[in-house]
Amino acid sequence: MNMSATDMGMMASISGRTALDPTAEPKIRIKNLDFYYGDHKALHAIDMDVPECRVTAMIGPSGCGKSTLLRVLNRMYDLYPGQRATGEVLLDGENLIDARAKPTVVRTRVGMVFQKPTPFPMSIWDNIAYGIKLHERLSKADLEARIEWCLSKAAIWNEVKDRLHTSALGLSGGQQQRLCIARTIAVKPEVILLDEPTSALDPISTARIEELVDELKSEFTIVIVTHNMQQAARCSDQTAFFLLGKLIEVGPTADMFVSPKEQKTQDYITGRFG
Amino acid sequence: MTLLRRRTVFDSMMKIVATTLAVMMIAVLAWILWTLFYRGLSALSFSVFTQPTLPPGKGGGMANAIVGTLIQVGLSVVIAAPIGVMAGTYLAELGNTSKIAGTVRFINDVLLSAPSILIGLFVYQIVVLPFGGFSAWAGAISLAIVILPVVVRATEDMMRLVPGSLREAAFALGASHWMVVSSVMWRAARAGIVTGVLLAVARAAGETAPLLFTSLGNTSWSFDMTKPMASLPIAIYNYAGSPYDEWVALAWAGALIITVGVLTLNILSRVLIAGVRRS
Amino acid sequence: MTDQTISPNAVGLSADQPSIFEGGGLWRDKLFHGLLIASGALVLVLLGAILVQLFLGGLPVLKAFGLEFLYSAVWNPVTDKYGAAVMLYGTLVTSVIAVVVGVPVSFGIAFFLTEVAPQAVRRPIGMAIQLLAAVPSIIFGMWGFFVVAPLMASHVEPVLATIFGSLPVIGVLFSGAPMGTGVLTAGLILALMIVPFMTAMFVEIIESVPAMLKESAFGIGATTWEVFKDVALPFGRTALVGAMMLGLGRALGETMAVTFVIGNANRIAASLFAPGASIASTIANEFPEAGPGSLKLNALLELGFLLFVISFLVLALARWMVRSRLKS
Repeated sequence: MNMSATDMGMMASISGRTALDPTAEPKIRIKNLDFYYGDHKALHAIDMDVPECRVTAMIGPSGCGKSTLLRVLNRMYDLYPGQRATGEVLLDGENLIDARAKPTVVRTRVGMVFQKPTPFPMSIWDNIAYGIKLHERLSKADLEARIEWCLSKAAIWNEVKDRLHTSALGLSGGQQQRLCIARTIAVKPEVILLDEPTSALDPISTARIEELVDELKSEFTIVIVTHNMQQAARCSDQTAFFLLGKLIEVGPTADMFVSPKEQKTQDYITGRFG
Repeated sequence: MTLLRRRTVFDSMMKIVATTLAVMMIAVLAWILWTLFYRGLSALSFSVFTQPTLPPGKGGGMANAIVGTLIQVGLSVVIAAPIGVMAGTYLAELGNTSKIAGTVRFINDVLLSAPSILIGLFVYQIVVLPFGGFSAWAGAISLAIVILPVVVRATEDMMRLVPGSLREAAFALGASHWMVVSSVMWRAARAGIVTGVLLAVARAAGETAPLLFTSLGNTSWSFDMTKPMASLPIAIYNYAGSPYDEWVALAWAGALIITVGVLTLNILSRVLIAGVRRS
Repeated sequence: MTDQTISPNAVGLSADQPSIFEGGGLWRDKLFHGLLIASGALVLVLLGAILVQLFLGGLPVLKAFGLEFLYSAVWNPVTDKYGAAVMLYGTLVTSVIAVVVGVPVSFGIAFFLTEVAPQAVRRPIGMAIQLLAAVPSIIFGMWGFFVVAPLMASHVEPVLATIFGSLPVIGVLFSGAPMGTGVLTAGLILALMIVPFMTAMFVEIIESVPAMLKESAFGIGATTWEVFKDVALPFGRTALVGAMMLGLGRALGETMAVTFVIGNANRIAASLFAPGASIASTIANEFPEAGPGSLKLNALLELGFLLFVISFLVLALARWMVRSRLKS
């Protein structure tokens, strides 16, 4: 269970990832981001780039701010009065924290999958169609094609294709989570945010979702928050380590695990705390 | 007797007293139901449901009163339910951001327990007097005001039970607040809101006082909403206080009908609610 | 094989995505929020309107009699002189009887439901008692008038008169002819009507007492009743008082049950057996002969205003006591 940092680094290296391209324009560029819950400052001057079509993992102990940051990226904090963000979060150059940016549009381009699977109390078909119908008017054939496409992409098509019109609540936990991923993909976002997506699932479902993440990154930019360092080492191209609301270190995953630059990162990875 | 013995005996005594009180309460319910059935069943016949109220000695039934209640209660629900659901949604969804939300909730709770006779007086002043007479419209409006707080409360409570994660998941797909509420939250809270409406119907069907000042009652068939209309509680009230035995018997029959209807709706609501809370 | 009917837009990612500063359709939400706020505000407007209308309706009577209206026991439609004292007295006495009888009964049943009854039986019995709360008040009125009042007259009131009638101070309460209909019977019927409601609230409050508190009392050897009386009740003290006041608030405004059994006499008498009148029963009884524009109608409206103010104060205070304690 307790792998050494070097082992994890080697695991990251041998999984055959293409190296990050430092010259490419990042999909999301976070500049000097502060976040407040009322008067309490939860995030301090975060500067981070999220590379396009790669998996970025955010790790750190409980309460370090990684989920808070994730929820800034799709303006989820808008739902709660008293929560606010200052600074810049540039999605393809446009600041999505700006008051003039429309949260509904941001969320069509930046999708989110939650920790606990949240299927709507509707049929599988309606779950997927829900997001699509919010933004597009598709013909019946197009709609069917889209639904099949995203259920296939989420590696669940074969399991549900014969019961599309039954309730989504009848699926197992792992299936429900893949359904939620399919539902998110259906809206055709560019970025997919995953908030500890496998922490409520069994190991087999977890492995399937990690495979899925690996396939999806060819078309989507992925940001995943995880408690599980092995998961970060397995799945991600870039890892960011947070502590007490500050970004301690960010870099290519293999480098982070083999030779982290900061002592605190080293301590966390080797299990000294958290 | 030792102190312990005395305390134990006292404890047993209190338990017996408590059990007796509970049994007595159930006995009262049974007694009332038995009285209704005993005195009402004998007067209950087919004609109660088909014949309108007729002068004494000519038989008659309560059909016009039953229909009048159905019409006025139905209309009151049509008026109060949409407003109540919207107000309840307001409290659940905008309750944290809106300044007047706390006051609205407070006032709603007060209205919930307020004397319904005053609502009758109120509607008398603003509808009956200006529009020149007692009417079924006024009756329906007064019932709507009586049941509005019931629907508001039920809607808010049920919507707060919807898991926050479901709400967030809908927003995360880029849905507007309207879409999230109408297609996810109302749908998820559906059973509970329907239950609230059923309870509101039961309440409206049994109310007498507001109707005394608004639709007054009518001894013959009438479907004219601008004129006084009969209702079951009013008919019971008039008949029960009359000196004619057959009218008193009919009053009991009417009382039986109303009670069976109201209790059925209540039991139905509880069954529905139990199903909701279980899932 | 390509399917001709599927557009290229259906699957795969499209090249250009909308700017986040455009569109969003948020005007719909503005409209939606406006409707929601309007619905909420309607509740406030309603209460205000009722208050204002009743006040305005009763104003002529205040102008005619001034504050004397509040303590005058005269109610004479012939000479057009009105006073609220009889009704205030009747409302007060019946409500006090209802609370004095109803509160201990509710506590007893609450004790039964939370501590005494076996688990399997709690829900059905609780539900049965709640059904009593759903019975319309006119049914209580009829049952009270045709069944309870005769029993009171033939069995209960004579017994009470025998036991208490000769005692020095309180004996006067049990004097006079046992009519059956009167202030006492009305109070007892009211007690019956508010018990289910108060019981349900008491049970909810007692169940919110932390289990640990009760368990530690049991742990030092307290009996069930002692835990209930000395731990659970004091813990929920404020909310319990609030619930009692809610019961009082309900009793104050109850119309149909009281109208049937209070006897409807416009006078104050010392005996509980005597008939009387409450605010609500007077409004219900006297309305048919109060034509539009008549001073009598104004008097009834002023009575309504008084009842509204009293109820509002009681209910507001009660709600504050219950909500603030129950939520924490």
